Amino acid sequence: MDRVDIYPTHEYQGYKFRPGKPFPFGATSVPGGVNFSIYSSHAADCTLVLFDKGQPQPKVEIRFPDAFRIGNVWSMIVFDLDYENTEYGYRVDGPFSPEEGHRFDPSKILLDPYARAIGGRDVWAVQPNWNDAYQHRGRLVYDDFDWDEDHPLETPMEDLVIYEAHVRSFTRHPSSGVKFPGTFAGIREKIGYLKELGINCLELMPIYEFDEWENGKVHPDTGEQLFNYWGYSTLGFFAPKAGYAAMGKLGMQVDEFKALVKELHRNGIEVFLDVVFNHTAEGNEQGPYISFKGIDNKTYYMLTPEGYYFNFSGTGNTLNCNNPVVRNMVLDCLRYWASEYHIDGFRFDLASILGRAPSGAPLSNPPLLESLAFDPILAKCKLIAEAWDAGGLYQVGSFPAYGRWAEWNGKYRDGVRKFLKGEAGMVGDMAQRLTGSPDMYSTRGPTASINFVTAHDGFTLNDLVSYNDKHNEANGEGNRDGGNDNESWNCGWEGPTDDPGINALRRRQLKNALALLLVSQGVPMILMGDEVARTQYGNNNAYNHDSELTWFDWGLVEANADLGRFASKLIAFRHAHHVLRNRWHLSGQDLTGSGYPDISWHGTTAGQPDWSGSSRTLAFMLSGKNARGGATQDDFIYVAMNTHWDSHWFGPPQLPEGMRWHVFANTGVASPEDAWTPGQEPRLEDQSGLTVGERSVVIMVGR
Amino acid sequence: MSFSVTSELKNGIAQFTLVGELDAAAAGTFREAIEQAAASQPKRVVLIMNELTYMASAGLRTLVFAKQKMGASVDIYVVGVQEPVRETLEMTGFQYSVVMLDTYNAAEIENI
Repeated sequence: MDRVDIYPTHEYQGYKFRPGKPFPFGATSVPGGVNFSIYSSHAADCTLVLFDKGQPQPKVEIRFPDAFRIGNVWSMIVFDLDYENTEYGYRVDGPFSPEEGHRFDPSKILLDPYARAIGGRDVWAVQPNWNDAYQHRGRLVYDDFDWDEDHPLETPMEDLVIYEAHVRSFTRHPSSGVKFPGTFAGIREKIGYLKELGINCLELMPIYEFDEWENGKVHPDTGEQLFNYWGYSTLGFFAPKAGYAAMGKLGMQVDEFKALVKELHRNGIEVFLDVVFNHTAEGNEQGPYISFKGIDNKTYYMLTPEGYYFNFSGTGNTLNCNNPVVRNMVLDCLRYWASEYHIDGFRFDLASILGRAPSGAPLSNPPLLESLAFDPILAKCKLIAEAWDAGGLYQVGSFPAYGRWAEWNGKYRDGVRKFLKGEAGMVGDMAQRLTGSPDMYSTRGPTASINFVTAHDGFTLNDLVSYNDKHNEANGEGNRDGGNDNESWNCGWEGPTDDPGINALRRRQLKNALALLLVSQGVPMILMGDEVARTQYGNNNAYNHDSELTWFDWGLVEANADLGRFASKLIAFRHAHHVLRNRWHLSGQDLTGSGYPDISWHGTTAGQPDWSGSSRTLAFMLSGKNARGGATQDDFIYVAMNTHWDSHWFGPPQLPEGMRWHVFANTGVASPEDAWTPGQEPRLEDQSGLTVGERSVVIMVGR
Repeated sequence: MSFSVTSELKNGIAQFTLVGELDAAAAGTFREAIEQAAASQPKRVVLIMNELTYMASAGLRTLVFAKQKMGASVDIYVVGVQEPVRETLEMTGFQYSVVMLDTYNAAEIENI
């Protein structure tokens, strides 16, 4: 029998409608029509505004009758809409009194915070119609994608190797050779490359709809158009960026992105999203009305007692994440991406903001972080915090974790950088960083630590070993933007050089960094292109460039094939050895009675690590008999690190009877003998030890 | 351009010829044709698309509907797609769910 609530009860200007369902929020397909539902804690009145796609004037505006409101939610089902040709927004009326936090203005047409697709920037960097009063338009989407048997992969956290990439940068360069450069579809054509490299998790920089034209400007000197390129400024939390989809011009970005996720999953690669819940694209009191500001300013934003915007994000406003209403929106959003898009994990930009009270004060027990940690739909999702914010809160090692949250380990990045460039007195710190930072995550295990040497924010790995200082002139801010604490070292010359000695040293330093990253306990993350020495020419904050500065030049894959080969061998080595991927911290003890501690520390002489302040040599051995607490057997692994400018003889510890040392990697020798296929490593000629060259890392396997 | 679909059922093969633009307004027509054909439980579905110029999201969904309605054991052949439609199928991953052919020869297919 048909339901009795699928027929119109009202009509206005030829449009038929009836009271809607408050749940779910947003615009949802129902039999015969579309259910529109929106809430505001302080609004007095609400009107649904419908457009034909792209038209400047609305085709109809339907005021919600009083009977259509339940609590603070207005809902309405409108019948017989052309699903693919309809755009919608709202006019919301209420008090305009900024000192009380309210900025209602019914002359504005506002985007639904729950819009699942957003029109207006359908094709990347096509000049929009700036005269359009409604720039970012809610669209209707089909949520019945054909997933077949796909579901999130649930790869154990300790087994992940993350690759951080920007959707457009990854394939926009002409050398990518893909059919649709710079798109989700483009990434799909490069899955083979990612598989060959060996990574099993692709972390995408923001893909929620943003406006690449926001704060766009022309460089005063070069005349280059600069963009909001990275996209850390969200328009709508439920919509994928249309301009990242080859099919965005047809409004099919949802399908295209889902097809990408499905195909990555089919190839064993998880998908993480970099999500930006700390602020929105509406700026401060001078910024535009897009959505939240006009719908419920006081609820969505952290405001000073005078009604101004707190700016903990460094971008003008701060989303009021621990207001219960906003908290629910964030939860709804992540549930939506986990369930509708099969997303495997989320990395939260400036996540410490999520732990601030509406007053701005840090909370010891932030309800949002707790809700996310215990949510049933998100139960198997990985949650990763960038555990600081622009307001001075720095929580690396102390982010409220609830047994779930991992962190971008900034101390790992800084420690490894200092150690690599030969700074003395770093060996003690390195012992912590190489073992999953137990000093920071004693109860959380090594998987709380996302280890990285480079990320989108800062130098690329190539530039880390090629520049002492940032070179951000191209950003148009007089080289004032971007961090100054890079801990980089140019190896003797600032920027590119023909000096073979410097280039050889740089190449070795690149390999040293990759080697340390991939033998560290915890979860390694590689920045897009670092495996083939991608450069940004010393720019450590290339957030506004849609150019060769940010695009991945695929010519590097051939030009730096030796480095790419080294990286893929290292990743394969990590995948091959459980001892490198422990879920719990190593103890330094022999808890299994095997005769060997799970980890032992050494210097140039076995058993004699040099912890002194002048030391630049360190070695460790992982016992294969204690892999994962003795639950499984593995080979022994010995890693010798020499960041000194002279070579040193290293003698590894004695192996169990019958075992021999084999050299898996030696960054001090030329390719292809710098790394071997796991299982096919050559035996160490002199089992008593070997010379580890200046600024080199050797990895041996005992079997 | 308006949409039209003609269908024939022969030797257990349901063959549809799609002409014009398969958008939201046209999807219902195609869906009805699929439902009718499904009632006779064909062993194969052949979609001739040489003259299909555009496929919107709703059109794509009708293909998914066809696949699900017919069941996993029924192969779907998509024949002679033009470039814009091919792109839509590829970008959304639907080409993995069907067999894409330039031309269709029933006798040849029978021997595969």
